[in-house]
Amino acid sequence: MTDSKYFTTTKKGEIFELKAELNSDKKEKKKEAVKKVIASMTVGKDVSALFPDVVNCMQTDNLELKKLVYLYLMNYAKSQPDMAIMAVNTFVKDCEDPNPLIRALAVRTMGCIRVDKITEYLCEPLRKCLKDEDPYVRKTAAVCVAKLHDINAQLVEDQGFLDTLKDLISDSNPMVVANAVAALSEIAESHPNSNLLDLNPQTINKLLTALNECTEWGQIFILDCLANYMPRDDRESQSICERVTPRLSHANSAVVLSAVKVLMKFMEMLPKDLDYYGTLLKKLAPPLVTLLSAEPELQYVALRNINLIVQKRPEILKHEMKVFFVKYNDPIYVKLEKLDIMIRLASQANIAQVLAELKEYATEVDVDFVRKAVRAIGRCAIKVEQSAERCVSTLLDLIQTKVNYVVQEAIVVIKDIFRKYPNKYESVIATLCENLDSLDEPEARAAMIWIVGEYAERIDNADELLESFLEGFHDESTQVQLQLLTAIVKLFLKKPTETQELVQQVLSLATQDSDNPDLRDRGYIYWRLLSTDPVAAKEVVLAEKPLISEETDLIEPTLLEELICHIGTLASVYHKPPSAFVEGSRGVQHKRIPARAGSGESAESSDVGQSGPSEAPPAVIPSQGDLLGDLLNLDLAPPTATVPSVQPSMQMGAMDLLGGGLDSLMGAGLGVAPAAMPTALGIAPAVGGGLGDLFDLGGGVGMPTGSYVAPKTVWLPAMKAKGLEISGTFARRGGIIQMDLTLTNKAMSVMTDFAIQFNRNSFGLAPAGPLQVLTPLSPNQTIDVSLPLSTSGPVMKMEPLNNLQVAVKNNIDVFYFSCQYPLSLIFVEDGKMERQVFLATWKDIPNDNEAQFQIKDIHLNSDAASNKLQGSNIFTIAKRTVEGQDMLYQSVKLTNGIWVLAEMRIQTGNPNYTVNENQETWRML
Amino acid sequence: MSASAVFVLDLKGKVLICRNYKGDVDMSEIDHFFTLLVQQEEEGLLCPVMSHGNVHFLWIKHSNLYLVATTNKNSNASLVYAFLYKLVEVFTEYFKELEEESIQDNFVVVYELLDELMDFGFPQTTDSKILQEYITQQGNKLEVAKTKVPTTVTNAVSWRSEGIRYKKNEVFIDVIESINVLVNANGSVMSSDIVGSIKLKTMLSGMPELRLGLNDRMLFALTGRDKGKAVTMEDVKFHQCVRLSRFESDRTISFIPPDGESELMSYRINTHVKPLIWIESVIEKFSHSRVEIMVKAKGQFKKQSVANNVEIRVPVPSDADSPKFKTSTGHAKYVPEKNLVVWSIKSFPGGKEFLMRAHFGLPSVENHEMEGRPPITVKFEIPYFTVSGIQVRYMKIIEKSGYQALPWVRYITQSGGERRFLNG
Repeated sequence: MTDSKYFTTTKKGEIFELKAELNSDKKEKKKEAVKKVIASMTVGKDVSALFPDVVNCMQTDNLELKKLVYLYLMNYAKSQPDMAIMAVNTFVKDCEDPNPLIRALAVRTMGCIRVDKITEYLCEPLRKCLKDEDPYVRKTAAVCVAKLHDINAQLVEDQGFLDTLKDLISDSNPMVVANAVAALSEIAESHPNSNLLDLNPQTINKLLTALNECTEWGQIFILDCLANYMPRDDRESQSICERVTPRLSHANSAVVLSAVKVLMKFMEMLPKDLDYYGTLLKKLAPPLVTLLSAEPELQYVALRNINLIVQKRPEILKHEMKVFFVKYNDPIYVKLEKLDIMIRLASQANIAQVLAELKEYATEVDVDFVRKAVRAIGRCAIKVEQSAERCVSTLLDLIQTKVNYVVQEAIVVIKDIFRKYPNKYESVIATLCENLDSLDEPEARAAMIWIVGEYAERIDNADELLESFLEGFHDESTQVQLQLLTAIVKLFLKKPTETQELVQQVLSLATQDSDNPDLRDRGYIYWRLLSTDPVAAKEVVLAEKPLISEETDLIEPTLLEELICHIGTLASVYHKPPSAFVEGSRGVQHKRIPARAGSGESAESSDVGQSGPSEAPPAVIPSQGDLLGDLLNLDLAPPTATVPSVQPSMQMGAMDLLGGGLDSLMGAGLGVAPAAMPTALGIAPAVGGGLGDLFDLGGGVGMPTGSYVAPKTVWLPAMKAKGLEISGTFARRGGIIQMDLTLTNKAMSVMTDFAIQFNRNSFGLAPAGPLQVLTPLSPNQTIDVSLPLSTSGPVMKMEPLNNLQVAVKNNIDVFYFSCQYPLSLIFVEDGKMERQVFLATWKDIPNDNEAQFQIKDIHLNSDAASNKLQGSNIFTIAKRTVEGQDMLYQSVKLTNGIWVLAEMRIQTGNPNYTVNENQETWRML
Repeated sequence: MSASAVFVLDLKGKVLICRNYKGDVDMSEIDHFFTLLVQQEEEGLLCPVMSHGNVHFLWIKHSNLYLVATTNKNSNASLVYAFLYKLVEVFTEYFKELEEESIQDNFVVVYELLDELMDFGFPQTTDSKILQEYITQQGNKLEVAKTKVPTTVTNAVSWRSEGIRYKKNEVFIDVIESINVLVNANGSVMSSDIVGSIKLKTMLSGMPELRLGLNDRMLFALTGRDKGKAVTMEDVKFHQCVRLSRFESDRTISFIPPDGESELMSYRINTHVKPLIWIESVIEKFSHSRVEIMVKAKGQFKKQSVANNVEIRVPVPSDADSPKFKTSTGHAKYVPEKNLVVWSIKSFPGGKEFLMRAHFGLPSVENHEMEGRPPITVKFEIPYFTVSGIQVRYMKIIEKSGYQALPWVRYITQSGGERRFLNG
């Protein structure tokens, strides 16, 4: 007897009949009725009208019936939220059932009922189940926390379930550990800044132990979680790798790929000269090759990943070319991927074999595969120079087959070969020209036209050939039209006498008869060039072209790094970062491979790197910045004065002081030189730039601590200073402010007698000694000088605040320039305020001394931010976590004794650092 | 992390059964799946991952069914496919065959299994033997007291339950090797490897500890033993039951086996091997009239061995007709629906050489469609023989009750992957 009989009743009064049966006294009849209901549900009939009747069957000791009712509930609870409450009691009861199977079933189903109203009733049963004595119930409850979190995150946090979940990582049962890890990872993924998976060496050790004991799926959860960890040093990295490597022998391909992910990532931290590094490299190849005997879909995922791995570490598979040879029965998606990898692995050593294979592929029947094979031959030619000749002759053989799409593909790649090896294979042009008529695809036509134009002087009938294309000019695609225009102009420049008519024709077609602005623009440019200065035209149009290289189809390194961290996932299959295809993941951290660094610094630095090169949007501040000057002037002039009575508008300015800065400081990933900062901030630009760079990538690696030093920029161009060029930057090193200058003599005569002077400025910066240029600076010589600065000079408010006017004198003249220093320059090292003092001061500050602003798009957690800031003498005094927000209390002391206190609120999950309340006490201490 | 929902569809794209695990992807999104599939099929660019908007479909096909997982996250794709294949495995164990009918006939159990196999997108217990202990097909017989979660589910040993009893304790070990050889048009071997697998049929009581000893070169090197023939395994894959860390550290294969049949391990060996049955072929095509095929097969293995059930499949043009055959041994048959001649030889001794000639008529109107050139493939089995020379040196069986158990070993070599004989 099979279940299919339940699908057969389709009478009109069915629902009514079922209702009666559901309410029958007979158990057997009841169960049959529920099965019929489920059958109807399965085929897509709406049986939600039976909700109360089905729920009535819930209290039963028949497990099968119970499961069916639960199934029904999961499907219809959302459409009947009010009635779903009816089920709550049974759930609560079932969670206390003596049979663990029923307890687990209840807790599993509960979480699947996505009705907000009933979630709160489920907390108590869930709490009990999380502490259940039976591991089967605990592992189910662990997953339920993730389910509940998805419905009502706040509730889960308030109830402390996250902590319980974290505790389960230390559970004695490996399956429970695995599910807890999975649940935490899932929650953490949707709340990237939550710091939920607070991985430390102890937890890592627990995970690695559980790895040996849990199911294959559990191993994957754990490995994927491990991949997010940043080892503190290479030793830890190596020890994790050692414990993960045995997984490469697991029969489940997904376990293998997840292990490969961990190894590929952590390997980066190992010193290349370490023996273990070499061993590990060798261990990776065999399992990757074996993945190619998995099911085709898994092969596909493996191949997409191998494509990444080969780009990242070509040495791993360099001897394994043959395993990527295409098999007759491979599905097309596997074939195409294998081809791609073959090209990436092609080298002088194996090129002969590769070409022989490719030539065979090019004679198969699958059009897409054949095309790609032909293209691959071209790519080999470009990649392996020694093979170019052989590739060209192979391509010519293929052209002889006269198979239309083969010929067209071949012509497209031969054009690329010409661009890589000019003046080498032009002898084949004649053969190509024979196939002119068969070209019907734009790309092939464009390629052929390019060839004719480029080598017009060697093709006797080039004008005729191009003219033949011209007839149908308007029907061609833009690509062909543009190419034709250029080719004819080239032809004209090479053989002006006989082609004047032709060039005029094409110019008028392009400029007068075309609607395409690109075409018209190009036409006009040529026209004008030709009519005003034919020599210049020749220089422009027939200029030497840069050689192409195979690098063009490599994945850009930062993306590649990110994708390596996503091995096995959809991102690695699409070769796109998750943010490109997952909704709501824009703020999610970009994963990065840890940088190889001996110190503990590395983890942090790569954290910082995750912010990526996102643009720093200008802060949302109105232009009150202008007021700042006056106000500051007021304060700064008497540095020893007591707190002045401050006007409300002052903080606006004050806030600018840090506002623009902090903003870009965290947002801007890559060194934004001050000059490049947006100018919409009133005075902020310079300030911004300076602080902005504090968070720069460079800050972590290479420099132990201390503030970031911007790259030097040109302050005084040679043109304005009779040949003296000065570029420079500012740095604060061990409490000493330095101005780093590079002087270059671009004049014809020797320069001597250098001296430097500063105008009065906002913070009293002045040279602490003379400018040390001891030897005369001869023409074209460059010298680097470091000038220590003091802050005891005369004070005058500048506009912008951090502006510094400098005079440099040499034997020729005196030159003036102004530059701007980063504000962090004047943050002193002892700016860490006592906690009590901080508290008291904080309270004392009048409300109107307070200013708020927001910093956007920062992908750092509070600790990383705090560390970063400390490097620039912005000290975190205290940290609090309130309602999922991290509050950092910070102090900064300026060289003139002014204290700035700040409260920084960081909302977890929100890339925007919600406004840092900047509380300024202009209190001179 | 992985699947939001799992669907089983018939060949027309109709949903037979589905399970929503996470609720973050609308269940109606599956309607786009079949449209996309048809579209890709038409373009000839089929891909196991497809997307519509922000929903991604990861799918496999099994007999007349599509198994599809949906997700809108950056899921672990390899996990999803591995899971879908596991689903096929479990359903097949439950219903013998997994096809449209078996899904409909067993929808209650299918729902139960779907509930147990995955929770919120995380695969759970997927060992069908263990599942069968608490999800049975005659679910209605279960009484509350009887249905308990086998502790196995959450045990570190999640593949074997306690309390198994056999009167006679035995293990059957099958060592099966197949060789994959790639031969190019010139007849030279492009690449070759051996893929081996060791399968167990375990009929042992209690919780036995097993140790398998192979003539593994790495092991010999580690233990300082260097007499006898050893093999170098390029890569080894083990069943969940094998202690991987132990193998990694001292190459010991130790495990508590699953009950009944299982694949304990597989291995790959890179060596230069000749095809065991060497094929030479001459195919002459006289357009508009006939095609003449001559195939020569030679057994390139030891004279004492015999290849059984040899099948040599030779592709012929799709428009060929009126076949005529002549064979020196065995018999040839034309299989028009596959465009093949199948030449079967019951037993093929090593060192022997056989010949087959075939003659087909061709229509006078030429077929203009391009045809692929499938390779000639050979199927066979050679018992008592492995190409690599791998040997089971011992199988130690220790159980606390101290019973004596008998291990049995068999060796078989099979034809493996493709041979390519392109003929011009």
